[in-house]
Amino acid sequence: MMLEKELKTKYLSVSMGPQHPATHGVLRLMLDLDGETVVKCTPHIGYLHRGMEKMGENMTYPMAMALVNRLDYVAGVSNEIGFCLAAEKLLNIEVPERAQYIRTMTAEMARICSHIIWLATHAIDIGAMTVFLYSMRDREALLDLFDMLCGARLLHIYPRIGGVRCDVSKEFLEGLWNFTERFPKLIEEYETLIDQNRIWLQRTKGIGVISPEQAINMGLTGPTLRGSGISYDIRKVAPYDAYDKVEFDVPLGKNCDTYDRYRCRMEEFRQSNRIIRQCIEKLPEGPILAADAPGLDMSPGPLKKPAPASAEGVPVVSSPSATPAFDEIYVATEVPKGELGYYLVGDGTGKPYRMRIRTPSFVHIAALQKLCEGVLVADVIALIGTIDIVLGECDR
Amino acid sequence: MGPNEVAAALKKAFPSDVMEIKEFQAQVGITIKKDRVKEILRYLHDSPGMEFQYLSDLCGVDYLGKREPRFEVVYHLYSMKNKTAIRIKALVPESELAIDSVVDVWSGANWRERECFDMFGITFNNHPDLRRLLMPDDWDGFPLCKDYPLQSDLKEREWKGYKETIETAERNKVHGVRS
Repeated sequence: MMLEKELKTKYLSVSMGPQHPATHGVLRLMLDLDGETVVKCTPHIGYLHRGMEKMGENMTYPMAMALVNRLDYVAGVSNEIGFCLAAEKLLNIEVPERAQYIRTMTAEMARICSHIIWLATHAIDIGAMTVFLYSMRDREALLDLFDMLCGARLLHIYPRIGGVRCDVSKEFLEGLWNFTERFPKLIEEYETLIDQNRIWLQRTKGIGVISPEQAINMGLTGPTLRGSGISYDIRKVAPYDAYDKVEFDVPLGKNCDTYDRYRCRMEEFRQSNRIIRQCIEKLPEGPILAADAPGLDMSPGPLKKPAPASAEGVPVVSSPSATPAFDEIYVATEVPKGELGYYLVGDGTGKPYRMRIRTPSFVHIAALQKLCEGVLVADVIALIGTIDIVLGECDR
Repeated sequence: MGPNEVAAALKKAFPSDVMEIKEFQAQVGITIKKDRVKEILRYLHDSPGMEFQYLSDLCGVDYLGKREPRFEVVYHLYSMKNKTAIRIKALVPESELAIDSVVDVWSGANWRERECFDMFGITFNNHPDLRRLLMPDDWDGFPLCKDYPLQSDLKEREWKGYKETIETAERNKVHGVRS
């Protein structure tokens, strides 16, 4: 009797990560456990912090292109497009139509690549091995196509401020068309493996429920938000590139759980496939780079602005003012994982004064703290998978 | 309600706090004083017709030597109902490096405020858990400030963790362990 009084219950603290196959990179979770149940979860990030914002402020706009594709390295081209759009808006550059279509096409290829990685790792975490092998095989075909397009498989640096680097070849378009013919069959193949699988259903249905209000308040985006039934897709609400010229649907979830988010992403495969096909069909002829696009050797000094012509036709040279005027721009794009926003403050030189990157993974990991409370340890793995994170993007 | 109407309504509701309204490339930025920032943001979040329920981004900017006051905390808000985006900029002087936290309004602000503290040293009043986020806990200095060097040889001011790593490597050399 006395002995029992002396005994106290103590939570067990387990450090999960930073080296753990299910954390998708270098994420460390401190889990306080009461038996199998998580009482408190404290994520630790910053292991991959490379100071990208600081570096970006010390580089010219074209140089920063080689920086931003290291954010979400499984969909490099999406990050580059977002940055280009922001810089173009700041420097007031119009992109030719053909380049817009090519960008849309490559962004959707990157979306398929990223979702394949998500499916493969999410499935392997939950215990389905075969899907991993099947889907990675098909990603290879897409990476080969990227290789054909610009000579790089992962970090492309393909878009340029004002357009794209090189034109698409006929062989590339044929190869991509063949892939889109094949791809719907392959999606069905993945689905036959896990869609009705009893283990998969038990591990995903009703797990990690995020209510719509909670999702908005926490700032979730992308398929993670749409799984909760909220129709918010930047490609639809504020179209960029050629997204207003192609048709596609925004798949939504109903039950707000892991299974619905899985279904959302599977449907997005089909929609991306649809967009790529439309882009190939509609691809217009024309230039691929704007005439006033800055070259790679852009000067870091003050930008030359076209001076207003005087009455005699002689341009008036305005004296540089003592305090530079700051122009600000926030451009959000829909990358595979959610909303990627660039907030650029320009001071009239070839370098951004402030470069802020708002990444979806950062916000999603912040939400993990709340989501993990009261769930089983095994479901923490499912939760990390379902919010779809990449640590390069989170730590920047 | 478009962004310009929101700005006008805000000016009407808080005449003494709204300092400047600026438009560039169809994006509207509203500069405000920091004293009633939480009240203003709560108003934008709650009042019918606006409903900025979504906090896209929160970050800091350092205008060292370019502008006075030195710091700005920038909020990017989005209203899903009206499909309107707006930018609120709160001025934070160097002499009083603190601003009210908005975690009560948007729980998603939590980590972004921590990051802002980590990078600029701006304190957020009433924040539930204001610690360093990306940098190590014992780091000295605030990296995104304009007076913080991009590269430098810190010598004895070098971060403790890095010094330890170097020392371990030196020790291992003595024992013939290949690095």
